[in-house]
Amino acid sequence: MTGYALRRLLQLVPVLLGISIVVFFITALLPGDPALAILGPYATPESLASLRAELGLDRPVWQRYVVWLGNVVQGDLGRSVTLQRPVIDEIAERLGPTLLLAGTALGLSVVLGLAAGAVAAAHRQRWQDNALTLAVLLGISTPQFWLALLLVLVFAVWLQWLPASGMISVYGGGDLGDLLRHLVLPTISLALVATGVLARLGRTAMLEELSQDYVRMARAKGLTERQVVYRHAFRSMLGRMMPLIGLQAGFLLSGAVYVETVFQWPGMGRMLVDAISTRDLLLVQGGVLVLASAYVLVNLLADVLQHLLDPRVRLR
Amino acid sequence: MSDLRVDRTVNGTAAVAERFERAVALLRAAVRATPVLAAVLIAIACTPPVDRRPADVLVVGQTAEPKSLDPHVTTALNDFRILVNLYEGLVRFRNGTLEPEPALAYRWEISEDGRQYTFFLRQGVRFHDGAPFDAEAVRFNIERMLREDHPFHHTGPFPLAFFFETIESVQIVDPYQVRFLLAEPFAPLLSNLAYPTGLMVSPAAVRRHDLDFGRRPAGTGPFRFVDWEPRRRVMLERNPDYWGAAALPRVLVFRPLTDPMTRVTELMAGGIDIVTELSPDNVALLRRDPRFEVHERAGPHLWFLILNTREGPFRDRRVRQAVNYGVDKDALVRHVLQDTARVAAGPVPTAFGWAHDEGLEPYPYDPERARSLLRDSGYGDGLSLRLMAPTSGSGMLAPVQMATAIQGDLARIGVDLAIETYEWNTFLAKVNRGLAGQADMAEMAWMTNDPDTLPYLALRSRAMPEAGGFNSGYYRNPQVDSLIESARGSTDPAERARLYRELQRLVHADAPWLVVASWRQNAVAAQGLEGFALQPSFFLLLRDTTRADP
Repeated sequence: MTGYALRRLLQLVPVLLGISIVVFFITALLPGDPALAILGPYATPESLASLRAELGLDRPVWQRYVVWLGNVVQGDLGRSVTLQRPVIDEIAERLGPTLLLAGTALGLSVVLGLAAGAVAAAHRQRWQDNALTLAVLLGISTPQFWLALLLVLVFAVWLQWLPASGMISVYGGGDLGDLLRHLVLPTISLALVATGVLARLGRTAMLEELSQDYVRMARAKGLTERQVVYRHAFRSMLGRMMPLIGLQAGFLLSGAVYVETVFQWPGMGRMLVDAISTRDLLLVQGGVLVLASAYVLVNLLADVLQHLLDPRVRLR
Repeated sequence: MSDLRVDRTVNGTAAVAERFERAVALLRAAVRATPVLAAVLIAIACTPPVDRRPADVLVVGQTAEPKSLDPHVTTALNDFRILVNLYEGLVRFRNGTLEPEPALAYRWEISEDGRQYTFFLRQGVRFHDGAPFDAEAVRFNIERMLREDHPFHHTGPFPLAFFFETIESVQIVDPYQVRFLLAEPFAPLLSNLAYPTGLMVSPAAVRRHDLDFGRRPAGTGPFRFVDWEPRRRVMLERNPDYWGAAALPRVLVFRPLTDPMTRVTELMAGGIDIVTELSPDNVALLRRDPRFEVHERAGPHLWFLILNTREGPFRDRRVRQAVNYGVDKDALVRHVLQDTARVAAGPVPTAFGWAHDEGLEPYPYDPERARSLLRDSGYGDGLSLRLMAPTSGSGMLAPVQMATAIQGDLARIGVDLAIETYEWNTFLAKVNRGLAGQADMAEMAWMTNDPDTLPYLALRSRAMPEAGGFNSGYYRNPQVDSLIESARGSTDPAERARLYRELQRLVHADAPWLVVASWRQNAVAAQGLEGFALQPSFFLLLRDTTRADP
């Protein structure tokens, strides 16, 4: 078991290295001069040249990559030129809100999605299955940006039940209720597609479980259909779903970029959008690197969990 | 041996299975609890939102997080909107105009030769940190920006310090009298002092917070600083020791909302009271809604095309005039900019009421006239031109749509226009280098605070790109040069106004630019907000704004 986890961890090294190369060179290829973006239209050629030298922009791109990677390995992601602070500090502040949002959305979509999938499979070809399949189809096909705006329009603008944006009220606020109220709409916007995907995959997984011998055995023993589905089959389905849940967690992290912008959520997604528009390259590189690593780690965790939970995988 | 191994595996499996059992039970419980969770969420949702603010708390939707609250460091309009409530300068723009009037200085004297400005300071004024405002403080403010050996010069950089670079020295006549000695007469000095770069910061606070001053500001204004929580708000409160009439709002909150759509939805949801810089579509939407009031005001802004007068067809004045006649500026303003701008005539925008030439009419749309001018200059069979445009940019309005509309207009007079678009900063670098060898025309926009600034930086023959100036179209007219210099040296506003009017007529006739429009700033306020007015400076003075609670 430990060997498996270690092996998987070692495999991460080349993956992360690959990520770092892609992240660095894509951002280096962005059009626009960061030095000019920082100094603005009043810049003199001398100040531009000296800032370019300070940022290392006068050196060839591969040299910049090597220097950057050397620093990253030591935990130094550089200094954000627009925010005038270390990138790592900014990311540390921004990661919490993003994990909170993505985590809540993941929790919601796992609970709702797996429940819907299991129920649909257990009532295959009956009205429950049809209704859920239709709902899931709607969920998967709803564009996130449209849903987010619709939710804001209905619940914030028309009904005025929930705040339209932000994580904490700008005046007053700051208690748990305030945070929860701000969390509702972004979570739903973010979770809907993942819920649909998990429900659809969950239904298939459950159907497969229900065709297994142990299920026939359980039925033959005289267990009720409820017990068969929700006690025996659901357990195996959960193990089978683990890697898929991990994948969804990754999608939720990247989906946060849009949702955070619409809801002005103070997380990594909004940080990246702002950083790209101001050509804050080190901040973009650091942010994408952290998000990509989180994606890889979450998937690793899911695989290890599956390995741990599902005896069939474990003993293979 | 083998038995042992099997045994261990079985034990391990049992433990794992148990853990797994627990996880499954938990998940099952969660599934069962879903209706309960939903009920709780609905219950939370149905409780009245806590952020119903008291009527004396005003929330402003800003376009971005502030860069700095040090008025000498930042150049962003977004930050200025906060700063003018926090600080004051020696002079300020009179309400609704761009004319300087007394503020922290209750009067001033200008010497005959225009090289000595003496300011008489209001007594008994204190900064928010308790330090007194006096001549010493004024000297600190100016010298911190200008003198590289000043002990707090490192708290910069001060990108707009050149506003004051003609000041050779600051003399303290007595504690409440300060004199600026200028290297040469410089009439825009008063406007520059009324600009946020002329706001007075507390020297004691700069000494105390050093590099951190921009996050812990102290001025003399009607509001004082409370906190700055990144990505959430900048909060100010009424200054109880203010020397003038106390501010009406108790608290001002400035909220960074970078997404334009969110600024609109927050306004509609009641989360903010005032929002600025909305897109034309949203302004049109809110104009129809009785719950909101749309404020608009043309600012000291100019949107124009630079024409390359050094090489190519635009060396001929008739071709320059032809394109001025050949573009339908009214249609551009109405259909492309959706009335968020007004047609401009020359290099001095209407917002400078005192210096603007009311008699000067924009070139009318007259394609017939344009074609005949082109025929006269030998381009009767048409010609091809290149235009550089940015994809977006500060004050550029809708640069690409404008370029394509202009392309359509010019096609009708036989001009085949090729458009090249660039990202904003790349574009600036290219244009500031000068158009020679690159293009015949380039889009450009400026926001200024004195009628001198734009002609001085972009129309003078000594401001060519090679000399570090912004005259990227290489316009050269000795008469215009001497008018700019004389107006700059004159201390008599009436005389300056006369010189600027003459300058506008000359430039209009020479047509070194295709002048299109001045941006109209918009702000939308919730109905029931009283005492709010947009300034031509685009600043947001909120001292006298109140909200009637519904």
